[in-house]
Amino acid sequence: MKRLTRMVCAALAALLLVACGSREPSTRGGPPTLRLLTESQYRNTIADVFGEHIEVAARFDPIVRVEGLLAIGAGRATVTPFGVERYIALARSIATQVMSEGNRELLVPCQPAKAASFDADCAERFIARTGRYLFRRPLAPAEVSTFVTLAERAAASRGDFHEGLAYGLQAMLASPEFLFVAENVVTDPTGTPQLDGYSRATRLSLFLWNTTPDEALLAAAERGELDDMRGIRRQVERMMESTRFETGVRAFFTDMLALDDFQTLEKDSSLYPAFSLAVANDAREQVLRTLVEMLLVREEDYRDIFTTRRTVMSGPLGLVYRVPAASPSGGWVPFEFPEGDPRAGIQTQLSFVALHSHPGKSSPTLRGKAIRELLLCQRVPDPPGSVNFDLFNDPNSPGKTARDRLVRHSTDPSCSGCHKLMDPIGLALENFDGAGQQRWYENGELIDTSGEINGIRFTDSAGLGSALRDDPAVPACLVRRAYTYAAGRPIQRSERKLLNHFEDEFAAEDFRLRELISAIATSDALYAVSVAPVRTALLDRQEPRT
Amino acid sequence: MSVLIKKPFTRRDVLRGSIGGSAIAVSLPFLDCFLSESGEALASGAPVPVRFGTWFWSMGHTPGYAVGERTDRIEFLEECKALIPYVDEINYFGHFNSPLDGRPNHVHHTGWVATRTATAPVLPGDIPAPTLDVLVADALGGNTRFRSIDMSCTGNPRDSFTARNTHTRNAGEVSPRALYARLFGDGFQDPAKVGAKADPDLMLQQSVLSGIREQRQRFERRVGAADRARLDEYFTSIRQLETQLALQQQQPAALAACRKPQLPAEGPIGLEINIAQANHDAMSRLLVMALACNQTRVFNMAFNNALSSLRRPGTAYTHHTLTHEEAVDQKFGYQPEAFWFNCRVMEALASFIGTFKAVKEGNGTLLDNTLIFAHAETSYAKVHAVDNIPVMTIGRAGGRLKTGKHIAGHGDPVSRVGLTAMQVMGLPIETWGTGSLQTSKTISEVLV
Repeated sequence: MKRLTRMVCAALAALLLVACGSREPSTRGGPPTLRLLTESQYRNTIADVFGEHIEVAARFDPIVRVEGLLAIGAGRATVTPFGVERYIALARSIATQVMSEGNRELLVPCQPAKAASFDADCAERFIARTGRYLFRRPLAPAEVSTFVTLAERAAASRGDFHEGLAYGLQAMLASPEFLFVAENVVTDPTGTPQLDGYSRATRLSLFLWNTTPDEALLAAAERGELDDMRGIRRQVERMMESTRFETGVRAFFTDMLALDDFQTLEKDSSLYPAFSLAVANDAREQVLRTLVEMLLVREEDYRDIFTTRRTVMSGPLGLVYRVPAASPSGGWVPFEFPEGDPRAGIQTQLSFVALHSHPGKSSPTLRGKAIRELLLCQRVPDPPGSVNFDLFNDPNSPGKTARDRLVRHSTDPSCSGCHKLMDPIGLALENFDGAGQQRWYENGELIDTSGEINGIRFTDSAGLGSALRDDPAVPACLVRRAYTYAAGRPIQRSERKLLNHFEDEFAAEDFRLRELISAIATSDALYAVSVAPVRTALLDRQEPRT
Repeated sequence: MSVLIKKPFTRRDVLRGSIGGSAIAVSLPFLDCFLSESGEALASGAPVPVRFGTWFWSMGHTPGYAVGERTDRIEFLEECKALIPYVDEINYFGHFNSPLDGRPNHVHHTGWVATRTATAPVLPGDIPAPTLDVLVADALGGNTRFRSIDMSCTGNPRDSFTARNTHTRNAGEVSPRALYARLFGDGFQDPAKVGAKADPDLMLQQSVLSGIREQRQRFERRVGAADRARLDEYFTSIRQLETQLALQQQQPAALAACRKPQLPAEGPIGLEINIAQANHDAMSRLLVMALACNQTRVFNMAFNNALSSLRRPGTAYTHHTLTHEEAVDQKFGYQPEAFWFNCRVMEALASFIGTFKAVKEGNGTLLDNTLIFAHAETSYAKVHAVDNIPVMTIGRAGGRLKTGKHIAGHGDPVSRVGLTAMQVMGLPIETWGTGSLQTSKTISEVLV
């Protein structure tokens, strides 16, 4: 009933928006992309095509984050020689597992009459069928022939059909056609360039599910159904109803919140004995579970993630949060921090305060910077090369707290310009030490958590959360990140009004994430493409609304 | 659940053209000068190969406590006392500068990029040209199993200072055991096992690589010029792997110094300085055997990250934060804790040199046939200075380098050291770099 009411309201809102002239602004799109599969996309694809039991045992080259997202960096990433070496070895390992006894009966659609003889028809069927999922499009006959010939030669050498087929599969898995997502441009009857159906299917699939297109999506592309918006809407609705949509949303927030940094997070075990690898893993999981519960299950206002006291707790996390969290099964349990507790909002969870700290101490500067850059899409300039640190080097300094130390930034003009953007935000989180544990005193001194962001003053972390919740840059940042994540490229100059349009729609839908994602996925802009290079907007600069 | 079994998804739930864009003028003949000129020969009678590598550290030196100002010889002071036993193997280059032509000094980044690429980056994180080790590997790396071996002692593969460009940064190996598996695991042809047959799988692997290469034209037709360049790098790497496989099918030359090392013990990985040092030493021991066994001729070792996160257990401050926030001790005139870390870093470098020197090769040591280009990213971390960044060359590069010299740069661009190193390694480069970092002046004082 609730959903029906909401759908009716949404329809009315849409009508109102159209009536008020808030139609999607036309854009020229951006250039087609060539994206390297991210580690999670690679892993998801292998699990989806061959099954979750196939082990992907490898370390992947890091991708450089561009304009706040690895998804955009993937569009510029190349593979190092060592990276290629690892892809080849990984392809070998996966192909061997797929062709092992027990797996091949399930994954190869036919069996040769004799194991030692090569069955070309069977090999062709396997290559064509598997290749379609891996390359995200049907293979050309010449491509099938390349891999089948390779398999035949290997089978002759090995004297075994499946061993031979493993080499054909290895070549597909190490092919740049699999590792790089290349978008194809075709022209419509009016001569306008546009993404072909398979490229549209792949954009949708990477955006909504973070994996390769499934059978229904590929079939829709094959039938030309993705060439018009009705067909796209049908697929978007289907995909967002799927439980796999959660995978896609988790991948998006993992990228936006830079949770990949957990891979290298380190805390001093003698200073923070409660902080362990299990705590780090659970901290990452906690914020994702909080977001999924609030934004997908309860469909709450996105802005409330900065004030919520509700979360989930695991045993290892309970030790650091110092709250009872044990469940009889040892798993996750719902948890709510009481009114008055400094934990309010995801920016007070371990995933934020521990991640944006030093190994042995907190850092108001790092935390303030992360809030500006990750949550508000603003860029904080790098420190100047000629900083005078003499202010910090007074051995007789009475400073006991981070505030005492950082206040000196405000007295040096070369520091104050940038530090006033970060420190007053981060100081509100000083009730959490470098591992994210709550504290009231530092070196015996009561911690003052007052601060300010964009002229809004507050006295503690909850006040910071409220200020963030009410800051229009917060939803605007989510819109920007979600759209560029979906497109896999930076915002183009012709798309500024488009972002304003999405922001308006997001607000009209009470800042519900599902509606924003649906609006982006069913926008003409997402599939618009310009073949000639289009000048991109400058790095993450917040553009004024036009 | 796999889509292939037709059930619903479960939720899953060389000098590449103009040398990779670097500003380089080439006019010298490309000689076969990658082999020792000292008359050294391996047991097989083949000349000893010359190797090139880099050793990176961050946070520079403590001014006045690292290297004396006299230039008739190197005078290592307290911070560098661990290097004193190796003073005759080292050249120290002081007072070379990094002119930025008005570009910003991106702290802890600009310095190493300028030193390794001879170009000042415009944006933070930018690597505008290939690092010199990549240029050397393009020239030397084709005849060995691995083009280069890159290592990072911090536990983070991103802490690497070797790159073709911003988006092609070679990730470092961080685990001695993983490095062992790569170097001496599957695919290692032990020269000691004369007459061992090559694995028949190698030929099939070559077929796999040619199958991938066949797709090149078809794929590249579909993408724009910039993306084609990215794919070129992929296909070039495939070609290199084919060469590696071809080499693995040959019986390796008898190499007297080559010994397959023991698998390193399992150990922790991380930023605690004793752990970083232990991993550094373990990877160094594997590296020297990889070089002695001719598995590679190029290497990169990063001892710490650019914002040195090395720490002592139980302390709140990292090496980097100490350089800024620790008070200068009025009695000594320096920051005692930061100084302690700097000393430890130099001890690690000494250990690295010692590991090379311990490997006998021909009539000398592996160090005699190697050129190690060691440098920091700043001269004095406290103020982020990028002038007078400490740079050393270590080893005699097969008899082509004089050693034991302290060269004063008098403000010349630091790129002169890199240019000289590449020329010593036989690269046909006359001019290197851009803007005020561009140079064609070799440092002839160190050439034999």
